[in-house]
Amino acid sequence: MRRVVILALCLFLSFGCAPKKEDLNTITIWHWMTDRQKAFEELAVLYEQQTGVKVKIDLYAPSDAYSQRIVASAQSRVLPDIYGILDKKEIFASFIQSGFVADLTEEFQKENGAWERMLFPKALDVNRFPEGNIYGVKAGIYGVPLDVTNIQMLYNKKLFQKAGIKEAPGTFQEFIEAGQALKRVGIAGLVSGFGEMWLIDCFASNYAFNIMGEEKVMATYRGEVPYTDPDWVKVFGVFKELREKGVLADGVVTKPNKYAEQDFALGRAAFAFNGSWGVNVYGDMNPGLEYGAMLPPPVNPNLPMRIWGGAGSSLVVNNSSPRKDKAIAFLKWLTQKKQQAFLARETRNLPSNREALASIPPILSEFAGVMDFTTHPTIWPYNENALVTEKLDKGIQSIIIGEKTPEEVAREVQQIKERELKKAKQ
Amino acid sequence: MRANNFSWPKLQDHLKNFSFVLPAILIFCIFYIYPFFDIFRLSFHEWNGITPSMKYVGLQNLQELMKDEVWWQAMGHAAYITFIALTFQNVLAFALALACDREIRMKRFYRVVFFIPPVLSEVVVGLIWQWILYAGMQDGQHIGLLNYWLTQTGLPHLVHNWLSDPKTALTCIAIVHSWKGFGWGFIMLLAGLQTIDRQLYEAARVDGAGSWKLFTNVTIPMMVPVMLVVVILTVLGSMQVFVLVLSMVGQGLGYHTEVPVTRILSAMTGTNRFGYACAMGINFGVILIMVSVAFKWLSNRMKQA
Repeated sequence: MRRVVILALCLFLSFGCAPKKEDLNTITIWHWMTDRQKAFEELAVLYEQQTGVKVKIDLYAPSDAYSQRIVASAQSRVLPDIYGILDKKEIFASFIQSGFVADLTEEFQKENGAWERMLFPKALDVNRFPEGNIYGVKAGIYGVPLDVTNIQMLYNKKLFQKAGIKEAPGTFQEFIEAGQALKRVGIAGLVSGFGEMWLIDCFASNYAFNIMGEEKVMATYRGEVPYTDPDWVKVFGVFKELREKGVLADGVVTKPNKYAEQDFALGRAAFAFNGSWGVNVYGDMNPGLEYGAMLPPPVNPNLPMRIWGGAGSSLVVNNSSPRKDKAIAFLKWLTQKKQQAFLARETRNLPSNREALASIPPILSEFAGVMDFTTHPTIWPYNENALVTEKLDKGIQSIIIGEKTPEEVAREVQQIKERELKKAKQ
Repeated sequence: MRANNFSWPKLQDHLKNFSFVLPAILIFCIFYIYPFFDIFRLSFHEWNGITPSMKYVGLQNLQELMKDEVWWQAMGHAAYITFIALTFQNVLAFALALACDREIRMKRFYRVVFFIPPVLSEVVVGLIWQWILYAGMQDGQHIGLLNYWLTQTGLPHLVHNWLSDPKTALTCIAIVHSWKGFGWGFIMLLAGLQTIDRQLYEAARVDGAGSWKLFTNVTIPMMVPVMLVVVILTVLGSMQVFVLVLSMVGQGLGYHTEVPVTRILSAMTGTNRFGYACAMGINFGVILIMVSVAFKWLSNRMKQA
């Protein structure tokens, strides 16, 4: 009897160890977009009905946990057919160089570039590596944008009325005056998720582009202009002025963006610095919220205000997937006008397909109208060293809480910059 | 002589026995021993966590870590949280354990209530406390519970930006950590108190000892081994705190709320320096082992005394 049990156990174990037969008709997508899960699932059902190919949509949220999962899966070579890389361009490049991402250039160029022409160029740029890029990646397009996004300043129209503000401020000075007027009637001014470093980074780089222009910012990243330059001190000074004039909402410095969105949606602050995805969030939290979108008010009238934007969410295809062709076909289908219009309607995000713009709500049109002003670190020719960026973001937090002056922060950031430049030279 | 002892049935018996522990050994080797050695290996490399190749840098990561002010600052913050936990948390746990060890009404109810915070998720606790300590206002009223109570009880001058002020943020985190953790100490200390032979108290009373003498000459000496375990677990748990920090202050208030694990996380996922993060992990592990050994040595000395 005992031998029979042992034999059965051995058979069971050996069957358990046998390689699983690959299902070539099911493509798997890993994503992080909680608000889009339902819409994706509906589209997956539709796609299966139309093509017979099953699409398995797996949600892993929040986005930072998703990012960690993707890196861990890449290390153990178990990436799904379609996934997203929510990281710096440098890391995107590492994924490509390690063979984890399929080159989609040929697909985009088929039929005289029909697929490429269908999408917003700004959205594609995030997934594009130009000839001679600093990462050494073969020139091409490596990802598919599902939607476009940009980050602007939003204002609550009712709170404006309460404070007697007639129109959205057009300059930084007017913005400060509006913030003070709001404060006088007990309304908080600007709220944002400055507890998340990337939003501080975004706000600061908007003003850096406005105050000194793109070329000088890039020169700083290359190490040719120091952070102690008066223009950079002026950028840090923006945060000092916001603090000193009481324009920032209480506790903004440690606030996660979800809480900041809640504050704006519930009328606790009159301004929010947030992305176009906020339209969906505000719609869920307070459908009656009356608000408008505007570019962050410029400090320097002579240079344009550039805001972060481009592809909101992009997906890439696993280069070693046996279902690579099916995965590409699905992404092509997903970016067609009909599917994009459905996603825009259901999730209130800006579609990446230009032809689907006609079906978006009016507030999203305000976001869509400034796509020409967008820029993004992923399309810049140079990116700042991550340690320098961390020091800069933390330094700005110190200015906001009144602990350090812009000059002190500039000196500290420059110290780290010099250290990293020295290290890079060695 | 040894050869005479060999027999096939005996060897088979050994192998059979070994086969039972083999799965456990394999799991231990794969999930504990291998990662442990791999972390050592990685700490000598510069690697972004994705590319197949990594650059050997020897002890460079460790050298850089020794000069990393933020790392040592984070270590200091963890030590501060640990200090609050060792004092406030454990004193509270001991006081409540003493109270529940006595014949008081509803003591079972209290035991359950005191054990609720430790079983709650740290994320949930962090978010609840973030809401309690919230600094915003709406229609002229504070939304955060603490600031609201302060204004309602006539103490508006104490209203504060609790989590956005470097002077209070870390202390708030430390207090919430202690609030969440005191239940473990309470249960262990209560279990320890219940193992003390009641005859010792009776004998001491016959000798004329009062409550204070009973406490200092019977309870405390008998509780030393349990206290030591509680202290070691408190130190290890508090030094490794991070979920609470992330859920209360997000990515931090400057460097004022950084603790070692948030620095390791930031090196791994923020700046993509896996090798450096591994060096941090090793450094941190060594420090924790040293602290544990020091407490063990101290406990042995106390027992001998």
